[in-house]
Amino acid sequence: MQEKLIDILERICEDEVVREDLDLDLFEAGLLDSLGFTELLVDIEDTFGIVISPSEVEREEMATANKILALLAERG
Amino acid sequence: MSFYTDFIFFLWLLILLIPAFVLGIREKSLRIYTAVSSLFIIWLVLRGDLRQLAFLALFYVLQLHIVKIYLRLRRIYGRNAVIYGHFILLSLLPLILCKLSGILPFHLFNFLGISYLTFKGLQIIIETYDGVIQEIDVLSFTSFLLFFPAISSGPIDRSRRFGEDYNRTLSRTEYLEMAGRGLEKILLGMVYKFVLAALLHEGVDYFVSGSGWYEVAAYAYFYGFYMFFDFAGYSLMAIGTSYFFGIKTPENFNKPFISRDMKEFWDRWHITLSHWFRDFIFSRFMMKSIRKKWFSTRLQGAAAGFIVNMLIMGMWHGISLSYLCYGLYHGCLLAATEVYQKKSKFYKKYKKSVWYQGVSWIITLQLVMFGFLIFSGRFLELVQGLQ
Repeated sequence: MQEKLIDILERICEDEVVREDLDLDLFEAGLLDSLGFTELLVDIEDTFGIVISPSEVEREEMATANKILALLAERG
Repeated sequence: MSFYTDFIFFLWLLILLIPAFVLGIREKSLRIYTAVSSLFIIWLVLRGDLRQLAFLALFYVLQLHIVKIYLRLRRIYGRNAVIYGHFILLSLLPLILCKLSGILPFHLFNFLGISYLTFKGLQIIIETYDGVIQEIDVLSFTSFLLFFPAISSGPIDRSRRFGEDYNRTLSRTEYLEMAGRGLEKILLGMVYKFVLAALLHEGVDYFVSGSGWYEVAAYAYFYGFYMFFDFAGYSLMAIGTSYFFGIKTPENFNKPFISRDMKEFWDRWHITLSHWFRDFIFSRFMMKSIRKKWFSTRLQGAAAGFIVNMLIMGMWHGISLSYLCYGLYHGCLLAATEVYQKKSKFYKKYKKSVWYQGVSWIITLQLVMFGFLIFSGRFLELVQGLQ
């Protein structure tokens, strides 16, 4: 799951740095915005079958790769 | 008497905050008191206008039933898009009728705050469809929808966030801390609205009839800053008041005029509105457009998403040409910003440098102020004056 998520993030953020630092705040680093966030939700649903609606979680709860992984583990 | 403007309102506010404070520091639940004081102050403000009061009451009863019936149908039929669509429309209907008042020969649902209350009802329907909300009790719903500190112009809270605060009783220390911050916000809000906004409005009045370019520019600037201090001042008072009821109503403004691009501006200006639009319109439009492949690239989709999003926001302000232009203007600016930031090598190379950010800030400020000129209606007046 981790590998697949990192692939998704790398494609959306267009930066390899997401691979190196799983605790990097993607919003603060300017790698993820409203649009990227939406793509992320679509890709998560398509890849893992886990539905997260756009208003469901605060962005800070999904700001780093590790936080997203924790959320997915909790849901999956 | 009206919300956060006249002496008598503040007098009543003071009277209502004292019992809240006493309950708060004694670690008693504020649930019932919040509902009762909301109903009481709404009655006080609207008692001179029974038509408005009746429409508000009707709106409340309608929204309560729409939410309750939809919750039940959602449990029985699951994520059914047809039922969902009908309930969205039902929830929106009073607002649509109200906004069409200018066109239709009759006036329906013209009451203070309908635009803001509609967001609250809609949000519950949408999140029920998403499965995020499974139940909402009548008392929480009533207190949320009719919460008087934010009833007239927001900030737009979310039912789940509100519910968490509403159903929690703070410890004495937590409450004192919150009430202290609340008082600070109310006082700062008063300075914003009654001192700074009032002063800036003198400038607005002074330049309103000038048509030289510098007079128009001065008008736009005074109008922009006036709008900020007036609305941010109101918002601070609303947020501060809600703190006394143990509700941490979200912030609405965060130094909007320091923004370095238009996307940042909408993250700092009227935040609860733009985030509502982001979560319930933009994101959903984007997810649909990605799924259904409406556009050949995601960037095109995003550009369309921004324009649709902001056009709806413009229309929400009112059905007038100025508001439509305002929405379209901001939609196009956001779309252009997105394309520029994704495509421009120049941007990617220099975006972190100090000079670039400085220039970007100056340009953004001019674009923002021009937006206010459109919003104020003065821009279209000037255009018409040229013909």
